[in-house]
Amino acid sequence: MKNKSLISITDFSTDEILRILEIAEEFENNPEPHLLDGKVVATLFFEPSTRTRLSFESAVNRLGGRVIGFSDPNVSSVSKGETLKDTIKIVSNYCDLIVMRHPLEGSSRYASEVANVPVINAGDGANQHPTQTLLDMYSIKKTQGRLDNINIFMVGDLKYGRTVHSLLQAMSPFNPTFHFISHPKLKMPDEYKRYLDKKGVKYYEHEQFTNIISEADIIYMTRVQRERFSDLMEYEKTKDMYVLHNYMLENAKPTMKILHPLPRVNEISQDVDSNPKAYYFDQARNGVFARQAVISTVLGLKK
Amino acid sequence: MDKSELKVTAIKDGTVIDHIPANDLFKVVRILNLENLDNQITVGVNLDSKKLGKKGIIKISDKFFEDNEINKIALLAPDANLNIIKNYEVVEKRSVQLPDMICGISRCMNPKCITNSEPMITKFEVVSKRPVALKCCYCEKITDAQHIVIE
Repeated sequence: MKNKSLISITDFSTDEILRILEIAEEFENNPEPHLLDGKVVATLFFEPSTRTRLSFESAVNRLGGRVIGFSDPNVSSVSKGETLKDTIKIVSNYCDLIVMRHPLEGSSRYASEVANVPVINAGDGANQHPTQTLLDMYSIKKTQGRLDNINIFMVGDLKYGRTVHSLLQAMSPFNPTFHFISHPKLKMPDEYKRYLDKKGVKYYEHEQFTNIISEADIIYMTRVQRERFSDLMEYEKTKDMYVLHNYMLENAKPTMKILHPLPRVNEISQDVDSNPKAYYFDQARNGVFARQAVISTVLGLKK
Repeated sequence: MDKSELKVTAIKDGTVIDHIPANDLFKVVRILNLENLDNQITVGVNLDSKKLGKKGIIKISDKFFEDNEINKIALLAPDANLNIIKNYEVVEKRSVQLPDMICGISRCMNPKCITNSEPMITKFEVVSKRPVALKCCYCEKITDAQHIVIE
């Protein structure tokens, strides 16, 4: 996987994904603070995303690498009208790896074509955010001890949420069962349901929380954004229907964990935070290990 | 030879592209970059056609297209026929076949796609040939037949 860019989760085969998850585990158990000695990683954030940027920069720093880059495109040459191509061409002379986030879809794929160094996509508009998927999978594997036969409930905005779409694709080879809980307007798009049909993956749709969440191994919560509703009254009426409260978890499996890509607004009640089933903050920590694994793999330092 | 073909002059050697939807004729001219050819070219438009109602036809003297050059027009004219003419005789008839990849030609219908803001060439995987559906290699969104915009 050396010199291979990671733009979309489908760029990696299932075997390659499994290897990344193994390497993430190795880093968690055995930090390697000098692995990236002498390496420079550029983090180019053409739109702000503090959480993702800090996670990547922490991953590089903990491996002993150096970071250059920008977190606000207004200070870079982009504001002077330079094309993305020129920016990427120049920066790839200065570093061994580019991590980029950009508001336009497809920008990272294009960057990977013009750069002389590997590119890791840290989010291109509503399109892809593959390291999020890898850290979600790492969290599932770590908490459940396996990836096979997991019962996953996805809740909230299933129409626009790119994290749920990528996770669904990446988990499909492992015989999962999906339950989708969403407002009818934010249902899982047909193209992903067709994808699951084709792969023979079982899924069920619900318009509200059901008693069978007691069967869940993973509840994957997502944020419902106000902007998704043209009718604000409808948003106000429905927003509380998809909130997870502590009392709803009474009959849940002891091993069940709640994931959330964060930031959370109100879809997980604060009283859930102290429940040992709440895993979303640890999930963010796993993101550093997953990103360390991706970075060291594309640099050819781990095989 | 059908009657409509007689309305435009026969050529000695070259290619006749027949059964082009009349509305798309000039787009096909553009895709094939015919404006920049020095060859003799006859263009007929709004000719009667049993199959299409109104059709267009293009005759290009002394020009024989490579497959990858000509197949691009299947995007707009999936029913187009090619007649290869040598010494006034049709020596070969071919239909056009949409290739698996399309570079340039169409724009991506996603306004948030990078290809709509950078000076770059679009690239699509043809995920369905009829009706045409193009998957952008950059933003991964589908541009369907109704939304194909020729650059």
